[in-house]
Amino acid sequence: MADSSRRADTVTLTIDGHEVNVPKGTSLLHAAETLGIEVPHYCYHPGLSAPAQCRICLVEVEGAPKLQPSCVTMAQDGQVVHTESPSAKRMRQGVLEFYLVNHPLDCPICDMSGECKLQDYVFDEGREQGRAREPKRVFGRDDFGGDVLYYGDRCVMCTRCVRFMDEVAQDARLTVVERGDRAVIDTFFESGLDDASFAGNIVDICPVGALVSKDFLHKARAWDLDHTPSICPNCSQGCNIDLHARDNLVQRLKPRENQEVNGHWMCDYGRANYEWINRAGRIESPGVGRGAKRRAADWQTALGSLLDRLRVSEGAGVRIVGSPFASNEALGTLHRLSRAVGTVTESVFRCRRAEDEDPLPGFPLLVRQRDLAPNVDGAGILGFERAGSDDATGGLGAAASHDGILFVLGDQLDDQPGDFGADASLYVYLGTFDSPAARNADFVLPVTTFTEEDGTFVNAQGRVQRFEQGLQAPGSARPVWLVLGALLAALEGGNPPGSAADAFAALASEYAAFAGLSHDAIGTTGAVLEPAHA
Amino acid sequence: MAYPYRHDKEVRVLSEGFGDPAARTVEGWKRYGGYQGIARALEIGRDATIDEVKNSGLRGRGGAGFPTGLKWSFMPKDSGRPHYMLCNADESEPGTFKDREIIRWTPHQLIEGCLVGSYAIGASHCYIYLRGEFFETTNVLARALEEAYEKGLVGRDIMGSGVDIDMTLHVGAGAYICGEETGLMNSLEGRRGEPRIKPPFPAAVGAFGMPSTINNVETLAATPHIVRHGAQWYRQWGTEKSPGTKLFCVSGHVNRPGNYELPLGFPMMELIEDICGGMRDGKALKAVIPGGSSVPIMSADDCRSCTLCYEGVEAAGSLLGCASVIVMDENTDIVKQVRRMAYFYAHESCGQCTPCREGTAWATRILRRIEDGLGTEDDLDTLIEISEQMTGTTICVLSDSLAMPIISSIEKFREDYLALIRRGERVGAA
Repeated sequence: MADSSRRADTVTLTIDGHEVNVPKGTSLLHAAETLGIEVPHYCYHPGLSAPAQCRICLVEVEGAPKLQPSCVTMAQDGQVVHTESPSAKRMRQGVLEFYLVNHPLDCPICDMSGECKLQDYVFDEGREQGRAREPKRVFGRDDFGGDVLYYGDRCVMCTRCVRFMDEVAQDARLTVVERGDRAVIDTFFESGLDDASFAGNIVDICPVGALVSKDFLHKARAWDLDHTPSICPNCSQGCNIDLHARDNLVQRLKPRENQEVNGHWMCDYGRANYEWINRAGRIESPGVGRGAKRRAADWQTALGSLLDRLRVSEGAGVRIVGSPFASNEALGTLHRLSRAVGTVTESVFRCRRAEDEDPLPGFPLLVRQRDLAPNVDGAGILGFERAGSDDATGGLGAAASHDGILFVLGDQLDDQPGDFGADASLYVYLGTFDSPAARNADFVLPVTTFTEEDGTFVNAQGRVQRFEQGLQAPGSARPVWLVLGALLAALEGGNPPGSAADAFAALASEYAAFAGLSHDAIGTTGAVLEPAHA
Repeated sequence: MAYPYRHDKEVRVLSEGFGDPAARTVEGWKRYGGYQGIARALEIGRDATIDEVKNSGLRGRGGAGFPTGLKWSFMPKDSGRPHYMLCNADESEPGTFKDREIIRWTPHQLIEGCLVGSYAIGASHCYIYLRGEFFETTNVLARALEEAYEKGLVGRDIMGSGVDIDMTLHVGAGAYICGEETGLMNSLEGRRGEPRIKPPFPAAVGAFGMPSTINNVETLAATPHIVRHGAQWYRQWGTEKSPGTKLFCVSGHVNRPGNYELPLGFPMMELIEDICGGMRDGKALKAVIPGGSSVPIMSADDCRSCTLCYEGVEAAGSLLGCASVIVMDENTDIVKQVRRMAYFYAHESCGQCTPCREGTAWATRILRRIEDGLGTEDDLDTLIEISEQMTGTTICVLSDSLAMPIISSIEKFREDYLALIRRGERVGAA
């Protein structure tokens, strides 16, 4: 590196023979990470303080009398660091053997198996045979309350969980009790983690299988899960998550790091609410005809017949009932289609709202928002207005008796009467589950949920974020943008969108808020919209 | 009442008042020249007090032997923040019983030492962290402190000097690790007694996040004498590198175990044979642990020419530590001794660092197995390797402290181990 490029607030050091320039105050562990060198570690976590107690991240620093913990040793100019020197490797092998002295090695029945850092590191660098012949110490299992189980025998005493509760949740409910090799993590009170709002994160940050989720217990092996980057659908915070799915069912939600939104964390409410995604009994094929005359149809027939109806209805008044669970691509394409076939007199959505927000004190950016849906702000940008009460009922009086065109997208109308839309000249119901209030629909079109399509949501901060398809849609359910995009192209000419990215591009050219954005530009961490639009 | 036993070769600086219950009062202590050290310190000022202690060459008596004056000089000047003086009275090193004697016989000696130290480092508050099991000791000190407060020796405007120094007694809950300086600070603050990572050092970030100095009881007790009489006076005893006198706590198989105050550099064999009246029942010397359990074990041969000063014991392959001399005769089962020590360290490990948490407990189990006659020669290699892995790899030195006796005992008394391994019986067992 040329001297001229060096800045006063950076330092240049050599790690394993590679020179690297990092900001002052960067730990050796982090500096190595920028070079793609993983220094094994347990107690260190980027979202927590570093107690330097697991002692497995020790590295050799030339000139230092003994090995240095790389998580708390700050990079200095001219330092020469060896993570793979014989002394560092020997020490790591030793520490790993220590970890296994009391570890039960019950990997075959451990939920963490396959993503366990103890397993990984021992496999990489551990001794082939342990030398401990003595009986192991046994703690057994402890119910911590909430969704958390603790297996003390597997614990590596990294104390990440204790520090998370102290520093991030700021709700000190865990502590280390006893000492030496009798030390275990425990709760202070009988209630343990009951009613804690963010305790699920300690399961994520546990590097081994000591803390496991009761909900996920023995449900799936880590290596059988498909991971898909997604957005938590359970409030308008839009925490970045990974969907973990097996057999086309979501098995659990895990936070995905995004320092601008949720850090490394997510709330327990969001984490726990995924079973609805797996609900069976979906609408699997389009239906045409009102009430008793409803017949199943293939897409070609259904869309052909709907197109004929739309062509003759030009100029009609259009009312739309949208949903804050629908993507921007879906809501936007629907709004565009509505404007193409008539005059939009009303477009509303209903959203369940919590009484209070629930912020994460140690990471104040993360708040479980009041709006319990992911795309309230996106719906707003796309011209939808909030209707109904905080339990997502009511507010649809005008739509129910509308005599023009009525589109319902994603709202199941559970509270609406059986004659909903009876007077409509054309009633199109795009949904995932049938509803008594869809009885009068001329067309019932099966659409996908956010797990079965690509798309974007806008969160409460005005950040547009992408999610990807993780599951196969049931039957012939299709994304809304694909269904309505085809109709729109047939009505207006041009090519139908071939992907969610195409559908978003169409929105970007029409809505100022999305101007200049694309799926590529949004990337994996999202893009902030101009405040005027957000 | 005379102190249990006194030898003519002793040099009584710290132990002068031992055995005299009157020395527990301010008036009685003043007859021994008490409170003249702090008076002189207040007269000559902070910097001169630190210089005097620096020049005396006084080294920390808690075990590490770090120069006291130098430690005091690390404290920031005019930091604008409160400074704290911490007195480590959590005496729990196996084999050590000197601080208890200082406090229970001459509590004002410690109080005066704390005043000198606090004044020197600019602390207006001193915490004395007492071992949890020191019941009588704590009562004696509390009574003495109360009297010192009443007489205006501690508290606001001490001795009319305008200097405020408050003192708080804090009783621990009986953990060995709270005698480690940063573990003590955590415990004092109400946290788990777990040592902290250094840096930052206590002089920068100590108790309650403030600049702090921590000294052993014996160290602080020596400072009033040094300030009162001068550095050169103190240097009349001891060696160039280890000046002054030191309390030696002798325990084990000698005729007269006890506390003896001797000039540093005193020959070890003379301590055992003359001062302590020789080996009990005329048995032969087998081994000595010279500095509390945390140092390498010395064989009888190592002891022959060993002098009891920091550099002398180091030359003989061990460490002076806190000068707790544990003497073992020929009938001693070394493996059992080491196993018992290992059990102690495993029990007292705070459990933060993996090598210590797992290593001390594992080593104990292996030693137990060897003791039970179920060991193999490979176990000795494993023990040495575990010990090496426990050395220099942790936040504090608790696991190093077990590694040293294990390694040294296997090196020097390998035959004892092998005999158990081969025959399944104990060497020397009566």
